[in-house]
Amino acid sequence: MDTIFALATARGRGGVAVMRISGPKALLAAGQLCQLPPPRMAQLRSLYHGGDLIDQALVIVFEAGRSFTGEPVVELHLHGSVAVVAKISRILADIDGLRMAGPGEFTRRAMENGHLDLTQVEALADLIDAESEAQRKQAVKILSGAIAQKIDPWRSALIRAAALIEATIDFADEDVPVDVVPEVHDLLSNVLQSIQNESTRAAAAEQIRDGFEVAILGAPNIGKSTLLNALAQREAAITSDIAGTTRDVIEVRLDINGFAVTLLDTAGLRDSDDVVENIGISRAVQRAEQADLRVFLCAHEGEAFPISHREDDIILRGKADLMDAAVAGVSGKTGQGVDVLIAQIAARLETRLAAPSVFSRQRHHSALRTAEAALQKAMSALPRAMQHPELVAAEVRVALYALEGIMGRVDVEDLLSEIFSSFCIGK
Amino acid sequence: MKQFDVIVIGGGHAGAEAAAASARAGAKTALITLRKDAIGVMSCNPAIGGLGKGHLVREIDAFDGIMGRAADRAGIQFRLLNRRKGPAVQGPRAQADRKLYRAAIQDLLSQYSALTILEGEVAQILIDNGRASGVQLADGSQITSHSVVLTAGTFLNGVIHVGDQRRAGGRVGDAPSLLLAAQLANLDLGKGRLKTGTPPRLDGRTINWDILDTQPGDDVPTLFSFLSTAPSAQQISCGVTQTNSRTHEIVRNNLGLSAMYGGHISGVGPRYCPSIEDKVVRFADKDHHQIFLEPEGLDDHTVYPNGISTSLPETVQHDYVRSILGLENVVITQPGYAIEYDFFDPRGLDMSLQVKSMSGLFFAGQINGTTGYEEAAGQGLVAGLNAARLSQDLPPIHFSRADSYIGVMLDDLTTHGASEPYRMFTSRAEYRLTLRADNADQRLTPLAIELGCVSPQRETAFLEKMQQLDQAKACLSQTSFTPKQLLDVGIRLSADGGRRSAFDVLAFAETEISHITQLVSAFAEFAPAVQTQTAYDALYVQYIQRQDRDVSRLKADEMQVIPDGFDYDSVRGLSNELKLKLKQKRPSNIYQANKIEGMTPAALLLIISSLRRSDKGRLHA
Repeated sequence: MDTIFALATARGRGGVAVMRISGPKALLAAGQLCQLPPPRMAQLRSLYHGGDLIDQALVIVFEAGRSFTGEPVVELHLHGSVAVVAKISRILADIDGLRMAGPGEFTRRAMENGHLDLTQVEALADLIDAESEAQRKQAVKILSGAIAQKIDPWRSALIRAAALIEATIDFADEDVPVDVVPEVHDLLSNVLQSIQNESTRAAAAEQIRDGFEVAILGAPNIGKSTLLNALAQREAAITSDIAGTTRDVIEVRLDINGFAVTLLDTAGLRDSDDVVENIGISRAVQRAEQADLRVFLCAHEGEAFPISHREDDIILRGKADLMDAAVAGVSGKTGQGVDVLIAQIAARLETRLAAPSVFSRQRHHSALRTAEAALQKAMSALPRAMQHPELVAAEVRVALYALEGIMGRVDVEDLLSEIFSSFCIGK
Repeated sequence: MKQFDVIVIGGGHAGAEAAAASARAGAKTALITLRKDAIGVMSCNPAIGGLGKGHLVREIDAFDGIMGRAADRAGIQFRLLNRRKGPAVQGPRAQADRKLYRAAIQDLLSQYSALTILEGEVAQILIDNGRASGVQLADGSQITSHSVVLTAGTFLNGVIHVGDQRRAGGRVGDAPSLLLAAQLANLDLGKGRLKTGTPPRLDGRTINWDILDTQPGDDVPTLFSFLSTAPSAQQISCGVTQTNSRTHEIVRNNLGLSAMYGGHISGVGPRYCPSIEDKVVRFADKDHHQIFLEPEGLDDHTVYPNGISTSLPETVQHDYVRSILGLENVVITQPGYAIEYDFFDPRGLDMSLQVKSMSGLFFAGQINGTTGYEEAAGQGLVAGLNAARLSQDLPPIHFSRADSYIGVMLDDLTTHGASEPYRMFTSRAEYRLTLRADNADQRLTPLAIELGCVSPQRETAFLEKMQQLDQAKACLSQTSFTPKQLLDVGIRLSADGGRRSAFDVLAFAETEISHITQLVSAFAEFAPAVQTQTAYDALYVQYIQRQDRDVSRLKADEMQVIPDGFDYDSVRGLSNELKLKLKQKRPSNIYQANKIEGMTPAALLLIISSLRRSDKGRLHA
């Protein structure tokens, strides 16, 4: 039995990050970092590795039979630093017999060791049901629409391909079409191509969730840097009355109504003879194309920018303090309209989250990747399909099972894994 | 004191294999049949094996069963189907001489000293305290036993149709077992009706062989039994002909006279084995269908035309047969007929083929909704072994989808039942690359040895073979080669792979054994059979490693046994709807429970947790 470890708390910055280690080697592994306290006693320890101090942590040892999983468990209550967690993870992963826990693996071990009793499992089940009630509604929506529409034709095509291959295997002695390879090839390559398209889109959708980039764009000296500073509530960018003060792209990480946002201040867009400024402008254009959301500050209505327009671009008059109060605009200098802008950004981002790619879950992505890899192998086995149809069939089957996994037609182990993985790792 | 440990009713393929298995397992066994001389009769086509079916025969043989050895003695034409495809989808098949086959089965059975063969008609099963305890014969005499295996085949409520003529009967000429059928009707098992067809039998002397194509057997025959070395009967070829548009016209014009199309038959027939009526109706665009003319024996002139089973009236059969090339003057020795029969829903059985509602009673063969000699014999093996073990107070033997086609069949039958006659295909086995005909002994014989139901000769032969294989594999794994070295003997692999062992090199489908013997001279010393087997074992290694993870999950779920009589009402949190379904279906294990429609992960967790609890309760008690 492997010893597993994972972060039991949410990822990212925080006050405390709890690293949980469970399994036969848990004490041995933690013992390499510090002198372990007696069981069930929380004590402060300095964690060392190779002579380096890694962090100070509260360390708790749970002996076998008296832990969440039933196995020997050590918890390291680290400072909630991404770097500390990463370092400790690397150290643990390097120890022989230790590996990162899979989704829900702690809960799973707890159940396998009989450490969750019926009432706990019931409570767990209730929790899952409560969660899946919301999911169910969503699932019904998705199943009756988008995912089913996408997957069903793939499934039919793959079933057709599998059937063609299987026919040449199981009915070799009978009147069946012999050369099925061209049709199978077409079926597989079509499905592969659509899955690859979807995969790319799904990956992009996932990235949006990691954080948003919001670019501030506009002509020189329209108040972009002043606005950035106002939003950041600090002097992140140099401001002056001289047009073209900002030349490089300046990034500031902010929290806007709960969204992780990277705000980009960019060089003013104009035709310039200055080589350095031109580099800054082309960077501004490039980042604007990649940004998740753009805020354009303009001097007059209908102002044109050398950047293709998107529907959800936010367009405002800059330096609103210099204009009539009646015109919708923003001013970093006076703070006028800043609240409105923040609300607009938040609303735009929320819209993005409300309409994610249909393959929105991690397990969808991994199923798509599995199917994709299997289909690629199937395609490369196809030239030898006459000699080894069973190898093509095996890969097509893997792809089919992966797609069925998304639709919920799965076997018990997948179902169990699915429940366990709907809990956060390390719980 | 019981007279026998196990009574097997029926001497067909399921019954013969069940009786042999029970006797091998050390149980005092009686086989009761209507006619001793009919034991081992092939009532349908004169052939054994094929794709999936050949796998079953090999697995039976790996357990030291009799079907493979009998087929080898009786085989008059051996063909390895899919010979040019990968070993995982190759299936041995043989035309068998009916008389030789029957004689071989009877001879093999006579060698079991623990087995007694009795003639008689079983009128009913004796029941004592809710469990099967023997049988009563039609003459009123009673025979007692610890367990009973029923292999009633198509004899239950069998009705034979030739056109609009119908009469009661199993095979032509046998009396049906109506009394027994009436008793079984009370067993609270779901019942269904199936049908199967046979073609007219032809007098081979009236066939114009000279103008027909022939299909010879393989030059190097592949036998069934791991113990056999060569065919013992003379080898022959089969004839090949085909139907034509005139044949189809005759059939089409007389569809109303067919039992099937005239509305006389209610049972469901197999989609994969359509009658000539079906073929003409459903595949109207095809202008011909292939027919194999299979001789039924060396000194028998009867020919079995495979591909034209029918329930048309005799006169129409006469006409359409004579419209076929080579059969212009043929004489029909026995008209084709369709037979309808009852089967019991196999979902009423557990994985050891014991009737859930009657302890001590086992069902095997066509009575469970299957078709085919091999499927019947495979079930016979399982039922016979488990009936014997029950009588010895030993736990049942578990066959899994992951270790055998037998396991696939048991799981399919007990989980999904049979909506048409169930036949084995290789595509039913999700672990097809591991469950091969060539490695059936490696998969199952160790278990059979452990259970003590293997002859000393087989045990010795198996252990020797395994030793050879281990040595061959070791000698290939020891040394590794660079891509350049491999290229020198003609193996072209990508250069980025680094050094590879000779065993790994064998995994590439393009590699020939002759390449390997050039690389590793010690490998050349092994017998060709050992070399070939080593290559087969190497070919799928990477796929098998991937499958292993799935297999271990499956096995874990299969091993989570739900005891019969498990109290679902005591599981708090289960919906009433699910409780009802679980009580009806009575899944044998968690794997099967999960396959019940509407089962949710949360519900499964509740059941597993509750099972764990009752396990603990037992330990403490």
